[in-house]
Amino acid sequence: MTTAVPLPTATAEAAAAKVKAAEVAKKKLSSPWASFAVIVIALLWTIPTFGLLVSSFRPERQIKTTGWWTFFSDPTLTLDNYRSVFGAEGGVNMADFFVNSLVICIPAVLIPLSLAALAAYAFAWIDFPAKNVLFLVIFALQIVPIQVTLLPLLKLFVSWDLSGTFWTLWLAHSTFALPLAIYLLHNFMREIPSGLIEAARVDGAGHVSIFFHVMLPLLTPALAAFGIFQFLWVWNDLLVALVFAGGGNEVAPTTLALANLSGTRGTAWHLLSAGAFVSIIVPVTVFLLLQRYFVRGLLAGSVKG
Amino acid sequence: MFGQPTSRRWKAALAGTVSAGLLFGVAACGGDDDSGGGASTDASASAIDCAPYTKFGDLKGKTVSVYTSIVTPEDTPQIKSYKPFEDCTGVTVKYEGDKAFETQILVRARAGNPPDIGFVPQPGLVKQLVATGKAVPAPPEVAANAEKYWDPAWKAYTTIDGKFYGAPLGANVKSLVWYSPAEFKDSNYQVPTTLDELKALSDKMVADGKKPWCAGIASGDATGWPVTDWVEDFMLRLYGPDTYDKWVNHSIPFNGPESTASFDAVGSYLKNDKYVNGGLGDVKSIASTAFQDGGLPILEGTCSLHRQASFYAANFPKGTKIAEDGDIFAFYLPSKDASSKPVLGAGEFTIAFADRPEVKAFQTYLSSPEWANIKAKVSSGWVSANKGLDPNNLVNPIDKLAAGILLDPKAQFRFDGSDQMPAAVGSDAFWKQATSWITGQDTKTTVDNIEKAWPK
Amino acid sequence: MFNTASTTPEKLLQMFAALLLFAAVMGVILFVASRLGGRRGDKWVGYLYLLPVVLMLSVGLVYPGLRTIYESFFDAAGKAFIGFDNYKTIFTDKDQLTVLRNTVFWVVFTPFVATAIGLLYAILVDRSRFESFAKALIFLPMSISFVAASVIWKFMYEYRPDQGRVKQIGLVNQIIVWLGGKPQQLLIDSPLNTFLLIIVLIWIQAGFAMTILSAAIKAIPDDIVEAARLDGVGPWTMFRNITVPSVRPTIVVVLTTIGIGTLKVFDIVRTMTGGQFNTSVVANEFYSQTFRADNQGLGAALAVLLFVLVIPIVVYNVRQLRQSEAR
Repeated sequence: MTTAVPLPTATAEAAAAKVKAAEVAKKKLSSPWASFAVIVIALLWTIPTFGLLVSSFRPERQIKTTGWWTFFSDPTLTLDNYRSVFGAEGGVNMADFFVNSLVICIPAVLIPLSLAALAAYAFAWIDFPAKNVLFLVIFALQIVPIQVTLLPLLKLFVSWDLSGTFWTLWLAHSTFALPLAIYLLHNFMREIPSGLIEAARVDGAGHVSIFFHVMLPLLTPALAAFGIFQFLWVWNDLLVALVFAGGGNEVAPTTLALANLSGTRGTAWHLLSAGAFVSIIVPVTVFLLLQRYFVRGLLAGSVKG
Repeated sequence: MFGQPTSRRWKAALAGTVSAGLLFGVAACGGDDDSGGGASTDASASAIDCAPYTKFGDLKGKTVSVYTSIVTPEDTPQIKSYKPFEDCTGVTVKYEGDKAFETQILVRARAGNPPDIGFVPQPGLVKQLVATGKAVPAPPEVAANAEKYWDPAWKAYTTIDGKFYGAPLGANVKSLVWYSPAEFKDSNYQVPTTLDELKALSDKMVADGKKPWCAGIASGDATGWPVTDWVEDFMLRLYGPDTYDKWVNHSIPFNGPESTASFDAVGSYLKNDKYVNGGLGDVKSIASTAFQDGGLPILEGTCSLHRQASFYAANFPKGTKIAEDGDIFAFYLPSKDASSKPVLGAGEFTIAFADRPEVKAFQTYLSSPEWANIKAKVSSGWVSANKGLDPNNLVNPIDKLAAGILLDPKAQFRFDGSDQMPAAVGSDAFWKQATSWITGQDTKTTVDNIEKAWPK
Repeated sequence: MFNTASTTPEKLLQMFAALLLFAAVMGVILFVASRLGGRRGDKWVGYLYLLPVVLMLSVGLVYPGLRTIYESFFDAAGKAFIGFDNYKTIFTDKDQLTVLRNTVFWVVFTPFVATAIGLLYAILVDRSRFESFAKALIFLPMSISFVAASVIWKFMYEYRPDQGRVKQIGLVNQIIVWLGGKPQQLLIDSPLNTFLLIIVLIWIQAGFAMTILSAAIKAIPDDIVEAARLDGVGPWTMFRNITVPSVRPTIVVVLTTIGIGTLKVFDIVRTMTGGQFNTSVVANEFYSQTFRADNQGLGAALAVLLFVLVIPIVVYNVRQLRQSEAR
């Protein structure tokens, strides 16, 4: 555990070490084998997507008869595939689906995140009977396949007269996210030195103020990180939307629109490739924008500072 | 993205597929608003006789929700064809297309949240929906239309425990073989009229140094269904419609001599490495080729024959001319001899989950020949087995061919058997075992395994 | 407010209304908690913090979970009680045994390989000049849905026959051809096909492992690294004696999360092979039995099997928890 590691005291010392460590890291990377490994992994992880990206701009017939790499010796570009993806539905409609996706995602990220943070705090730093049992039950709930919950939940929503509204999606996504969110956040919270909490308690702070004044600042990067994951999962979800958004296009997200857009044409590579890229633009943008949280570290900055 | 990929037995959901021409025609028009596109003007122009619907009372301002597996772009002509009814009655039809219809309709029915009307593509699924207790028997007006305008076989598919639940909507013909008219002309091949001639033709092509047949059966978790269509077609041809019905209803066992002979007859084509898999590889490549790609080698000249339903037209690329004098066309998969004309096909049924007057009125409209003709005019790649349909209203040659086969008085229509069998067989064991059979499993093991899977 | 919103302003309004409502609920909980002062009130603060979570989970997951266990003892139609017959089917039927074997392959390989790659990559690019760019590359697959990822890889594995004019369109087969081999129908041959599918999930999950582990690596105090450096420790020893022990708890978290995610994965199998050619896994089989073959009982039993399979992971985590409590 990290407790074996003494906390650094002087910031100046740490800063100096950081510079050194950076140099060391650079040296480490300059070892040919390390660089080779990085490049190989990076290529393996990028080429499949890149191939599909190139394909999405190639004419249908070429996609089906020659490999995408021949593009470089015989470049033919077309926007037809993207036109087919957007054209049939009309650009305005696609915008509607993007709005729906956003309206679904924002509460479906914020609600479970706040609830899970509270619960994780309780599990990590408050003593109460049956704590461990409850934690294990919640942890184990991660494995309940979402599919078994759909019918009972839908029945419930129908009886509450909520079916076909955003409320069903918010509630369902929030519920499904909780076990993993609590598990992950609990683990991050345990990493925070207990001395900090004890000190605050000695000063007379209650659990509410500790949660807000000690935990939240330390956990911001971790919350942001989980928020991004939850955003990606909700954004890419089709199953939950399929069951609960039923009743028209008013609340359907982009995934549903794209799934139906591929229509009966099934595995037509040219449409799939363009559709795939339309669907990943937002998640990738979100990741790039919030990436600094990952680079800074989930807990690092504040604990060390 | 395309999560929840294919739903149960979505093959039949392909019923509403359009031909390449329309598919891209609609896309080019852009927008599904009622003002756009030339076709819609036709629809709104063709006013109908409102009398049959006035007796349902004043329906102004009412809404009927429709839930179907017919999605973009085939939904546009569907929605347009409702216009005359909406004009007549003042009812608004709320259309919802969903590729995952076949699982979702059951979930929604069980949860108590069904649509007013669903277009159900399989008799087996109709039975399951009726079993949920949420489906409502069709009104007498619909039953009268079904009796008058359809072959009696159709009505039987949705009659459960003596109650009739819904009339057919669209239909498709599965007993078709796609070929290149140009190749036939150049090589002096004749369209075969008996199974023996088909075999002789295949052998002749082999003698000419060709691999005559191509096929693909991969289709997500529905992989294997095209083989089941082959087997059904041969069951129908070798033993006739009566034995076919017994086989479908399990009055004769699945591992009996009839199944074995039908599988072997299919095997003499699909598992014959002299015949397959033109332009796609060896016999095994049938299993890994997407069904959408199965017939494309005909265009490349690497394959000559491909057995697949009328909706396959949509899979040919933009600009392909589908006509008797075009790049590609289809002929009727011949019967054993000229004395019979069994036709394997599929279609969807209008099943209601509410008995409000506006729902009944709309059901009646959809079962009328007026609707069939309006629909024919605004869409292509669509056929109905409604006898009131005037084939001249159809635009595409392939639709005309399909309609001609369906409406032929000699035709003995039978619905796709796997769509009628219990789900454990019709959308599971039959598909899986047929796939294993293609990749090398012997016929006996295959039919025995399917028989074992039949629910007791 | 609980109606279906149909215009964009209405939708946004409903969203803000929902967020306000939620904020109000949170406010009440925190207010009450702040009134429960003193160490004796602790217990109640704990329960209060857990209240909304427990309510939502009971309705949304616990009840359906219990119902599934109950249903697993019934027949296909859910009518007749048949005891353990469904479980007997899972452990005796030849196809179902293949499903079990494949599931074992998935759970053994995916978490460990994905975590290993993620860890290696995180260490190698740590504090390098192009760190964020390099990380974005690996993270990219994370932001793609499982189905889109499967489409991408299906394209990679695509097969075209070995015939004169026909060219390969799948990169993997093209590489085989360039190396002088014959193109293979990669997704047909078992058990190779299962491993080819596993690669897809590893490809997706390595980004998750990499981001979380990278953050943990950055949390290692610099002076430790520096001290080790001054002692002349080589990169391998550094990795084994400093990095891994420091991020060990995080590795457990990552392995657990990916492991559970692997047990649940079914989109990849469904999209790429449809569970054919002996590639099905428990989660996929559960889906087909429940929604396609209309066999509720067997489907439920397979879902219960998923619960059972996760028990070793739970037990391992309990031990980790105990160890950390004891610190």
